[in-house]
Amino acid sequence: MRHLFTRSTLASALLALLIPVGAHAETISVVTSFPKELTTAYKKAYEAKYPGDTVEILNKNTSAGIAYVREQLAGSRPEIFWASAPDAFEVLSGQKLLVNIGPGNPEIPSKVGNYPVNDPKGFYRGQALAGYGMMWNTRYMKANKLPAPKEWSDLIQPIYFSHLAISSPSRSGTTHLTVETILQGEGWTKGWEQVLKIGGNSAAITERSFGVPDGVSNGQFGIGLVIDFFGLAAKNSGMPVDFVYPSVTSIVPANIGLIAGAKSPGAGMRFIEFTLSDEGQKLLLQKDISRLPVLPAIYKQAPADYPNPFSGKIQAKVNFDSTLSESRYMVVRSLFDQMITFRHKELVAATKAIQDAEKRLAGRPSAQLDEARQLAFSPAVDEKQIKDPALLALFKAKKGDAEASRAKAKVEEEWASRAKANYARAITLANSAK
Amino acid sequence: MKRNHPGLIAIAIAIAAFLFIFLIGPILTVVYTAFTDGQGNFTFSHFLAFAEISLMRESFANSLYVAGTTVFFATIIAIPLAYLTVRFQFRGAVLIQTLGVLPLVMPAFVGAAAMQLIFGRSGAVNLILMDNFGFSIPIMEGLNGIIFVETLHYFPFILLNLSASLATIDSSMEEAGQNLGASGWRLFRKIIFPLAIPGYIAGASLVFIKVFDDLGTPLVLNVTNMLAPQAYLRVTSIGIEDPIGYVICVILVLFSIAAMAGSWWFVKRRDYALVSRGGAQAPKRKLTSWQTAMAYGWIIGVLMLVLSPHLGILLMSFFKVWSFSVLPEQFTLVHYATIFTDAKQMIWNTILYCGLAAFIDIIIGGAIAYIVIRTTIPGRQILDHLVTVALAMPGLVLGIGYLRAFRGIDLPFGMGALTASWVIFVIAYSVRRLPYALRSCMAALTQVHPALEEAAENVGAGRTRIIRKIVIPLMMGGLLAGFVTSFITAAAEISETILLTSRESLAPMSYGIYLYFQSIAGRGPGAALSVVAITIVALGTYISHRLAAAATPHQQVGNRT
Repeated sequence: MRHLFTRSTLASALLALLIPVGAHAETISVVTSFPKELTTAYKKAYEAKYPGDTVEILNKNTSAGIAYVREQLAGSRPEIFWASAPDAFEVLSGQKLLVNIGPGNPEIPSKVGNYPVNDPKGFYRGQALAGYGMMWNTRYMKANKLPAPKEWSDLIQPIYFSHLAISSPSRSGTTHLTVETILQGEGWTKGWEQVLKIGGNSAAITERSFGVPDGVSNGQFGIGLVIDFFGLAAKNSGMPVDFVYPSVTSIVPANIGLIAGAKSPGAGMRFIEFTLSDEGQKLLLQKDISRLPVLPAIYKQAPADYPNPFSGKIQAKVNFDSTLSESRYMVVRSLFDQMITFRHKELVAATKAIQDAEKRLAGRPSAQLDEARQLAFSPAVDEKQIKDPALLALFKAKKGDAEASRAKAKVEEEWASRAKANYARAITLANSAK
Repeated sequence: MKRNHPGLIAIAIAIAAFLFIFLIGPILTVVYTAFTDGQGNFTFSHFLAFAEISLMRESFANSLYVAGTTVFFATIIAIPLAYLTVRFQFRGAVLIQTLGVLPLVMPAFVGAAAMQLIFGRSGAVNLILMDNFGFSIPIMEGLNGIIFVETLHYFPFILLNLSASLATIDSSMEEAGQNLGASGWRLFRKIIFPLAIPGYIAGASLVFIKVFDDLGTPLVLNVTNMLAPQAYLRVTSIGIEDPIGYVICVILVLFSIAAMAGSWWFVKRRDYALVSRGGAQAPKRKLTSWQTAMAYGWIIGVLMLVLSPHLGILLMSFFKVWSFSVLPEQFTLVHYATIFTDAKQMIWNTILYCGLAAFIDIIIGGAIAYIVIRTTIPGRQILDHLVTVALAMPGLVLGIGYLRAFRGIDLPFGMGALTASWVIFVIAYSVRRLPYALRSCMAALTQVHPALEEAAENVGAGRTRIIRKIVIPLMMGGLLAGFVTSFITAAAEISETILLTSRESLAPMSYGIYLYFQSIAGRGPGAALSVVAITIVALGTYISHRLAAAATPHQQVGNRT
């Protein structure tokens, strides 16, 4: 009895020790916000080609990924950062967390439209292209008798009230890009007006960017603002959905970069080169992935109706300025949350009141209604303030700085309470508008 | 027999050290961080900052509201069910017992995802209502959705505790009430329910704590203005340095402790002890046919609600498309094929982590039970109290505490950082599930009469030999039940798991389900993995019930009064 007991304890302890160590020489840890289908496909293909290496996926949303990389000590950091939002890479390279790897495969064009595919400074490379657009559930639209939208500006129409869904920039890098694209395409004030109206028409501000395509696919929401591959992958997997690129969109690369202070930079580099090779690029065409390769030759192997950003078919009117985006990254995120995410109920109520008043007045001009719109749909930070270096600096301050974080919390609180008061006032005005 | 073997003292000290390092230490780190500034000086400013943020005040209010309302609705569901099983001759009792277990075998967030498809905006129920009656019920929207999901998930805690409490009420109390002319509702309100208060309060405070701390359900339902999601969002998107996250953790801890202490105080304040218990159980009354119809109506209604997420998940796992339709379309088995090729590691991880954790739990739980009951080591009750702290500790707080307290600590033999290894899961699960195992071990040991050990001692057996040959074999049923309970509750745990999973290859099944549910092509495999998890947990629950039943041939009520 004693022997049996010790032996089995010993055996289980040994077994337990053996499991995590593994036999592979090099492990490549990849921090990514991409869905499991994509990461599994790359992991399998890469490990088949380089049997000595193991690919470890660390699935985190973009902002959590940045926080994670920052908190690891140099020498034990993961190897790869792989995500959609270029500004996330700007943030990382700004904090000296990326290695300068220069451009890769020479067959990859240096620009798509006017946007550079690879980081001009060489800290990260474009691995796939992504455009932002609208995805809708065809059954939902039919049941609710809604027309398919073509432009962002269509979404602010009252017929779409409570049929939309959007995520929040602080939770999803891709949503941040969508919002930033609208802000850059329409200008700060007009852009926020559109974003606020879209927020007001939304049934939900989802916690994850995936919450939007998920809700549209299962029919909870009619239309969602999504990155193209969510829409295309859902459509190609047989869901009753459709997807369109509006004209105010920007085609931007989803990037991959080598993290400074990683354990095995050599293996990391090998993985990056693999994702940019013919083989790696071809994986993007898989039905459940449906992303746009950066290697133009791959499109010859794609189905006929596959969108090709190099053919000029997708019109991207906006030249996305990632330096501008990066400079106000935290402010835009916080502003969106304080005015929309956390005050969504109030914003929806104000939107409803204004839309009802518009219907009631049937086009007659009304000073009260104008004021209500002004109150409900203006950003808490105006065009001049957003260029104020003091404000931008405040949002970039170190997290440990208690003073700065108090000051920041105070500014945010001001935005939040102003937004709440404005929505309440807008409702009163709209209801009494004559 | 109450001699204190030096070996036992050493074990007691080792266990205390384990609990201090992996339970008290991380919690103190969280509390310390919430009360200090960057230089380590005491400050109250983080709490002031918290109070100044209207979003935090709102989250706080929302969490309280959701937890309170859930307790209210759970009570409404549970009271009639408990009363029916205990007081009436009634064939539906088996159904009710099933009801008491079914919701617990599925993590709440999985249920939430499935219920979106059934009760959501375009779920099956609302589509039918819209088509036939032109209206829909927004029951899954916002805070209501959380209350709905959590009520159905947690009402069994009240049901189980209340039934146990009702079963011990002396029938003479009821008869005395009846003699004085009370009957029906009045009898229940004035006599029966007040006497069952201890059980009810125990269940209700547990529900309150669980809902107050739950992270998975609000995240799946896209509700962020509550405390637990805010803490998670702050810590994951702003970073482990963000003080507000810690302030929220301290508040969660305070409320959990307050709810536990409150329920304890409430029960101690008055004397609920009955002169005779157990033996003189009230005769079970018969239901009139009208009452039977009502009872079955209630039970079947609740059963249908409770079963709906299970059914939803099962359907999701077998079909390709479920979109804006009452039922899914295109039958397929491919989701199961996917998980058995891609998620084998996760299934294995769950078995490994939860198995090891449960093993540690019964070893430590058994040792604590022995030390508390059979020895006179001074301060031995502290061990028991420490374990109770684990029961009140939100998983989220412990997870954040681990990340903070063990940051930069490396394991020996080049296994890397502790917080990035599989070891952290085993430790986290074993600490949090220890109270369950301890309870089983305590119950099992109380049933072993000391005379048996004394007899062995008289014939010359040493302490170790007695424990091995007499105590452990006699406790075996209870130990196994404790093992299974720890195992299945750890397998369904998500808040800690989300925080502690740093790499996909380390992820247990519960995280895998969460991950799969984040892509469109992943819903099916996610559902299939849920079905596997539910099957494992349901089997485990069944086994533990069988073991517990085998270990206690007759009810041991009143054993420790």
